[in-house]
Amino acid sequence: MNAVDSAHLGARPRTALPTTQQRSDGFAIAGRIAIYATLIAFALFFLAPLVVMLVTSLKPADEIRSGTFLALPVAPTLEAWSKAWTSACVGVNCIGVAPFYLNTFLITVPATVLSTLIGAINGYALTQVEFRGSRFIYGLLMLGCFTPYQGVMIPVARTLGFLDLAGSLSGLVLIHTIYGVCFTTMFFRNYFLDVPKELTRAARVDGAGFFQIFFAIMLPMSLPIMVVTVIWQFTSIWNDFLFGVAFTTGENAPIMVALNNIVNSSTGEREYNVDMAAALLAALPTIVIYVLAGKYFIRGLMAGSVKG
Amino acid sequence: MPEGRIYSPGHAVAVAGFGGGSRQVLTALAVLIPSMLAVGLFVYVFVAWTGVISLTTSRFAPDYTFVGLSQYFKLWANDRWITSVANLGIFSLLFIGLTVGAGLVLAIFLDQRIRAENAIRTIYLYPMAISFIVTGIAWKWLLTPDLGIEKLVRSWGFADFKFDWIVDPRMAIYTIVIAAFWQSAGFVMAIFLAALRGVDSEIIKAARIDGASLPEIYRSIVIPMVRPAFLSVIVILLYQALRSFDLVVALTNGGPGFASDLPTTFMFKYTFGRSQLAQGAASAIMITMTVAAVMIPYLYSELRHERRR
Repeated sequence: MNAVDSAHLGARPRTALPTTQQRSDGFAIAGRIAIYATLIAFALFFLAPLVVMLVTSLKPADEIRSGTFLALPVAPTLEAWSKAWTSACVGVNCIGVAPFYLNTFLITVPATVLSTLIGAINGYALTQVEFRGSRFIYGLLMLGCFTPYQGVMIPVARTLGFLDLAGSLSGLVLIHTIYGVCFTTMFFRNYFLDVPKELTRAARVDGAGFFQIFFAIMLPMSLPIMVVTVIWQFTSIWNDFLFGVAFTTGENAPIMVALNNIVNSSTGEREYNVDMAAALLAALPTIVIYVLAGKYFIRGLMAGSVKG
Repeated sequence: MPEGRIYSPGHAVAVAGFGGGSRQVLTALAVLIPSMLAVGLFVYVFVAWTGVISLTTSRFAPDYTFVGLSQYFKLWANDRWITSVANLGIFSLLFIGLTVGAGLVLAIFLDQRIRAENAIRTIYLYPMAISFIVTGIAWKWLLTPDLGIEKLVRSWGFADFKFDWIVDPRMAIYTIVIAAFWQSAGFVMAIFLAALRGVDSEIIKAARIDGASLPEIYRSIVIPMVRPAFLSVIVILLYQALRSFDLVVALTNGGPGFASDLPTTFMFKYTFGRSQLAQGAASAIMITMTVAAVMIPYLYSELRHERRR
């Protein structure tokens, strides 16, 4: 067996590239300043929308009209936040984002757990036991990951109607689980591929069965990829808009659909501060995950794309 | 594999255990079958079903009166569809070009032993954790002429400054490029950075000793060495561009009029808004076929590459 290919992106130790620091002429210093200036300018560009949203959400309405979006609030208030949470109008329903928050948790948590567990056992089945066609099956699963949802939406809508799940939260759980399984299987399969086969072979010799090996050896070993998968699934399901807008209505909508409705509700004066507070509330769970577990988030991002 | 060398009692058990191996295969298959059936049905059968609907006269509900390819002729004769396809071309080209360019430059710059590299990387990448809807809403606010960037620049004394792309039918598609760039540039940077970190620093040192300047080294040695990363990045971004939907809905909703529609928003509006199921299905098949044309060769080469390891 070849040496295990450990080309996990970003995990390489830093190589010491020679830098312009080694040259001390003025030209090199100017280059160094230009590099820092560019990096800082882009950092500001990436931060700006978040800062502007935060600043706007803390302003009373009259300050939004009078100043620019960069002007700090003179009389900061959380009024817009409380309105966004409890009484902003989603269409004609002025109930805030709170109930939709709950909906989204009720969709995201079961779909994440189910798709992760199914992906784990699928990934194990695909790697540790080789049989004719296992690669072909994997190829079909992988292609399934990358099928654009437009291609399946009409049949999904018909099928959910047929199953009497149209517009329901369980319908969305089902759909997110099925389309999530390709990705989760891919994650676990690529992870288990690097586990030495001798390990499971030894356990098999000792008489352990398929599921015993899975639960006693593979599952505990897969904690890192499990964290990556859970974060990936949670983030993509929480951020979903397409399935939500196509397959739910009214009060069963997930958060992103509700948010889009709040912003586009055309009753009365536009309340930008409430819009921004609602948007920040909707983004909060995934931002918190990013801040707390950014390393795992980025690893999932890489695994979900590069290692296609 | 280190096999056939150890003649211990365990060896005999291992050979005998081979029979157990086929039971393992059956168990593995049994585990995989539900997922295979689910994906087979929800992906492959459903795409075929969409294809069937695209050959019918379906409007509000499926109506299986077959009319051949006439829905496709109708689609390609529709100005709105042509506009959305042209928009996709403009959007993909600019989005991929700008994101790859900026991502590469940022990665190279970040690879120069930068102070606070971690903090900068964290800032560059956080947009990927945010939903397209939130991104769209944030940028819509920044781009609103009488309140956003236009107002800001005017407050600096440039009273005639105009920046109203979002309400200008000819320019609206470019606002989507800006927001999409904002969301993905950091991600592309991260892929390039990982690739750069994989380049052996000895090679660069040697070139340096030979008197090559840093820009020269990057242009003629490092960038060619990370060529595989370019392919991955371009495929991923193209795939992302082809699927873009949420961002357009939140930012312009395809407007003004249908000036910034993409094929995905066209599909959604015709299917769910205008009850033109067959037209929606025909456009969905066009989108699916385009994505397949990009992804099948890419995934195939990835898997083949894997086989060799």
